[in-house]
Amino acid sequence: MSSIQERQEEIIEEFSMFEDWMQRYEYMIELGKSLPLIAEEHKTEENIIKGCQSRVWVYAEMDDDQVDFTADSDAIITKGIIAILIRVFSGQKPEDIIHANTDFIDEIGLKEHLSPTRANGLVSMIKQMKMYAIAYNSQQNNKA
Amino acid sequence: MTNTSEQLLDIQKIRKDFPILSREINGKPLVYFDNAATSQTPTQVINCIVDYYETKNANIHRGVHSLSQIATDAYEGARETVRKHFNAEFAHEIILTAGTTHSINLVANGYASILKPEDEILVSAMEHHSNIVPWQMLCQKTGSKMKVIPMSHKGELEMDSYKELLNENTKLVFVNHVSNALGTINPIEEIIELAHGVDAKVLIDGAQAAPHLKADVQALDVDYYTVSAHKICGPTGVGMLYGKEDLLNMLPPYQGGGEMISEVTFEKTTYAGLPHKFEAGTPNISGGIAFGAALDYMNGIGFDSIAAYEMELLNYATSEIQKIDDVEIYGTTPDKKTAVLSFNIKDVHPYDIGTLLDKMGIAVRTGHHCAQPIMEFYKIPGTVRASFSFYNTKEEIDSFITALKKAKSMLI
Repeated sequence: MSSIQERQEEIIEEFSMFEDWMQRYEYMIELGKSLPLIAEEHKTEENIIKGCQSRVWVYAEMDDDQVDFTADSDAIITKGIIAILIRVFSGQKPEDIIHANTDFIDEIGLKEHLSPTRANGLVSMIKQMKMYAIAYNSQQNNKA
Repeated sequence: MTNTSEQLLDIQKIRKDFPILSREINGKPLVYFDNAATSQTPTQVINCIVDYYETKNANIHRGVHSLSQIATDAYEGARETVRKHFNAEFAHEIILTAGTTHSINLVANGYASILKPEDEILVSAMEHHSNIVPWQMLCQKTGSKMKVIPMSHKGELEMDSYKELLNENTKLVFVNHVSNALGTINPIEEIIELAHGVDAKVLIDGAQAAPHLKADVQALDVDYYTVSAHKICGPTGVGMLYGKEDLLNMLPPYQGGGEMISEVTFEKTTYAGLPHKFEAGTPNISGGIAFGAALDYMNGIGFDSIAAYEMELLNYATSEIQKIDDVEIYGTTPDKKTAVLSFNIKDVHPYDIGTLLDKMGIAVRTGHHCAQPIMEFYKIPGTVRASFSFYNTKEEIDSFITALKKAKSMLI
């Protein structure tokens, strides 16, 4: 089981192998196709992420002491972006997610290659995923 | 290009007037197909702004000194250019505003003290949000009712429904001359005539029409007509409200301040006459002058040639895009369209197409185009909109089609 840091480094390395942004987008589209899809019953208004121009849903469940994320979007590139985030955060402990540094997004140059609306959406996605982690973390603490 | 269009316009010469067209985006030559959002600016207009600040800059209408008079003459000269272009009877019927949205708000605000709860206003189903929201706000203030003129699947207004909606309570009708999302040219002559039959006044939002065709406000007998300079090769932040003299005199001022008064005491202010009553504060002087220069530039090329050439571009782009499978075009009204191609590819989100086209240097608009009711009508999240101008070329359309095919192959 690799850590958040290790997974981020993997992604940075993968993105550095491409020659241009068309290839990176091609890769993101592929990632989008393999996104762990949210169950239909969780595609609700309250799971929609605000601040995205295309519709994006994210849902999280606790499995033992780890958070598992599922998501969907009606735009495939957006699915690719969220797939990258899920790859980093899914299966991690709530506390690790809360404290995770997300500099890798700047390092792969993703944010600057997104339109401003998509870049805002990306920030909202990370925020939402961290919110889930905070909620599960406090649940765990209450149990303990 | 075919021989016909070469005869119409010297495109290569025209393109040299637009410095921005030679820049690169994402390492690729810019193909600018977002002209319905804003047009590019020719050197002649840019130079006019530079020249204003280098040789004419002074506040207008109030200075005793010569420079102020020079600036005033240039600004009022631009107003006269605008008047002539739209064939208004008087220059004081041309209010220089910050643009179409400002113009519409100015009128809507004025009617807040005129409309009564039993009054009705009609808005078309294909309006830009800027021609919906100010009227909704007006209805909230006055208690008047807003009714919607429906449209057909082809993107044409249902004129029979319009006739049924008109009645003696109808006070105002708002329709765009050309739809920004679909490019449909609406039959405004008929709309105005029918509205006048029940004594209703008509405001036509001409923002999308002005780049492609010349409106004659007297021939149209239109009550209010609005335009933004930045869609017709002019600068942003300036535009026009045309209103018939008696109607503008009837409307109360929109904003208070300097320039718009005749006499001020703490007890009472008498307002200045037209157009100054609606032009409080120091206006966008360089912008107003450049608005005139932009109209001069476009008239120098000629609106008939512009419209004919843009139609060729639209027809070429439409026939090329139809060769791609699973493309759906919105706004298919034949012959009554400006150079706007609004489309989707089946099962592909418009944002994905827009994002990939951008990476290939092609600027299009994606989304709901500030006309959400139209998207709701077609039950789609948005469209990809390529909008052409007289400085675009068939070769650029070829690049766009090639890029679109590539984007499609990546996304499906």
